[in-house]
Amino acid sequence: MPTDRPSRSRVGFFATCLVDIMRPRVGFASVELLEQAGCVVDVPRNQSCCGQPAYNNGDEANSVAIARQVIQAFENFDYVVLPSGSCAAMIIDHYPRLFRNELGWLARSRDLSARTWELTRFLVEVMGLDSVDVRYEGLCAYHDSCSGLRELCIRKQPRKLLSSVKDLTIVELQDRDVCCGFGGTFSIKYPEISERMVSNKVADLERSDADTLTGGDLGCLLNIAGRLSRQGKVVKVLHIAEILAGMGENPGIGEAGP
Amino acid sequence: MNPAAGVNTAFRRKARQALADPALRQAMSRAGGGFAGARREAAGALPEFDTLCDAARDIKDHVLSHLDLYLETYERQTVENGGQVHWASTAEEACAIISRICQRADARLVVKGKSMVSEEIGLNEVLEKNGIQVAETDLGEYIIQLAGETPSHIIAPAIHKTRDQITELFYQHHRELGYGERVTRRDAIVDEARSVLRSVFSRADVGITGANFLVAETGANVIVTNEGNGDLTSCLPRVQIITAGIEKVIPSLDDLSVLLRVLGRSATGQEMSAYTTLYSGPRREADEEGPEEYHVVLVDNGRSAMLAGDYRSMLRCIRCGACLNHCPVYSAVGGHPYGWVYPGPMGSVLTPLVKGFDTSFDLPNACTLNGRCSAVCPVRIPLSDLLRQHRVEQYRKRLYPLAGRVALSAWSWLARRPRLYQGVMALPVWVMHRLGRQHGGLKRLLAIPGWTSSRDMPAPESRTFLSQWQTRREQDQ
Repeated sequence: MPTDRPSRSRVGFFATCLVDIMRPRVGFASVELLEQAGCVVDVPRNQSCCGQPAYNNGDEANSVAIARQVIQAFENFDYVVLPSGSCAAMIIDHYPRLFRNELGWLARSRDLSARTWELTRFLVEVMGLDSVDVRYEGLCAYHDSCSGLRELCIRKQPRKLLSSVKDLTIVELQDRDVCCGFGGTFSIKYPEISERMVSNKVADLERSDADTLTGGDLGCLLNIAGRLSRQGKVVKVLHIAEILAGMGENPGIGEAGP
Repeated sequence: MNPAAGVNTAFRRKARQALADPALRQAMSRAGGGFAGARREAAGALPEFDTLCDAARDIKDHVLSHLDLYLETYERQTVENGGQVHWASTAEEACAIISRICQRADARLVVKGKSMVSEEIGLNEVLEKNGIQVAETDLGEYIIQLAGETPSHIIAPAIHKTRDQITELFYQHHRELGYGERVTRRDAIVDEARSVLRSVFSRADVGITGANFLVAETGANVIVTNEGNGDLTSCLPRVQIITAGIEKVIPSLDDLSVLLRVLGRSATGQEMSAYTTLYSGPRREADEEGPEEYHVVLVDNGRSAMLAGDYRSMLRCIRCGACLNHCPVYSAVGGHPYGWVYPGPMGSVLTPLVKGFDTSFDLPNACTLNGRCSAVCPVRIPLSDLLRQHRVEQYRKRLYPLAGRVALSAWSWLARRPRLYQGVMALPVWVMHRLGRQHGGLKRLLAIPGWTSSRDMPAPESRTFLSQWQTRREQDQ
């Protein structure tokens, strides 16, 4: 573990648009985890979306404009943490590419890139967390979201933290490195193909006998939870931050509230 | 709206048909898992596999930087070995050259080993128009030739066919040749194809194959197969013709050994294919067999244009098919919706470059950018990045549908003004919450019917995170 980390790291929390709109609990759970780990957390009001919808549809001009806004909003933090592998990878991997021809902004985007982390990887690799003191009873499958897995090498970190949760057993999906069919706007533009992919994921999940599905990216979880609910299947879907922060008793994603 | 971007493009239509085809689903479910698992095992068993992939990438990059040099060296060596080299800048030119060679040889029957370049240039059609019969000898190619179809995979052309379909196809076509029974066992199917094809080989005048690699150092043409049909195609007929893209040249036999070690493992999970053969020219005086004439047709067909641009890394492709085998979209819809000879991720990069966006708008878009293809590519082609690059061009050229452009621009405009964005989002969040809270989700959302056609939309909490956070902060103070 790094020994030179500042005792009170100042973290700017970027909730991401999906968490902000669809599942605020994930935001509160993340902040709680960061504070427990010893960070001073701030949530800048100047935040919305990282720009992936524009970027992944080829709209570079708008992606650049959004990236500039994000870079400015998060300029004054030691770290920027997001509860999403794909949004973190957007900032870490893709922002610098957007500014390949603008030296000033390239430097600023690289600076942000170097300070930006996905939540579970940050907790394990920067804050040195290796366990959490909470309970969740269940057979839990972890869904590896593609960007986090392949662009940020997030695989062991969430499993390490999950395995410390009392009464929780991790089960592995057979095709755990296969996309769930979300792909942002892909799921809306090619619904039939997306449906087949998410159905395959649900079938894999059923074979695993898991009663809970968790993961680090809300987009994928909304996709899988939405399909489960359409098919009338009962598997509880939670963002990993909710389980790790001891909020696993809340209704799962797509379940009716109290 | 641009017609290419509409909802009923050929890709979308064929993809929908494919998704509704249970036989295709059965055939493809075997394919995806089988090849991917075999590759994982083979790569895992070789500790230096990743290092070899880096080396393979470097070899191909080096060649692309000195392509003229290596092509000329290859030509010189081949001529020295007694062969002839022909240069074709377009598909039409390549077909014309091959037709002329066949006509000069008085050819009536041509046998072919698997050659994706010959599929690319549409060779069979041209030869048949010139009165020359063409017989495919790769089992998969043979099957789809009987079915009157095109390949759906670059190394397993008939992957979309179930065994039952093949049984029926053989029964229909082989009955008149004296094979009166339906063969159902795998080995019996192979035996029957082999027996039918033997007589074809012995009558053929010209043999046409592709090339996996062209070795500049020696003038060797390297073919890997698992059926040995490439060898019979090359050695038995009087005239041998090799069709190859200009990017197939490599410097030396040392480079070949690196590339062969990543090719088999990436393609089928084999350490080596069953047959790896190097051909260097026509029969020499002391040789007991071999062709009298040896022709190599080097095809450009858009490749040199790719050298200078953003897509140069695509020329590293060694056609192993790993990106297809690991693509969840390809395994869902099969190869035919992609509309041309190269399907899956590599095809979605290549097809627009050669054929233009008019007929291939969907190809770079029908992808979740999940990156599994790039991760398994043995020559490290950043396929996801290249697909996204296509999207950038489509967006710039305003090929992207107007409704989508408007929606993206509106979203982006709001996203750049976070305070306004937060105010605006409050209403839809509240409405969705009210509509969905009883059941936990919404069955139908008019704004995104594509989502709710197959999924519920989980209902949000009543207020956004940022507004709840703000309230808490104010209460704390």
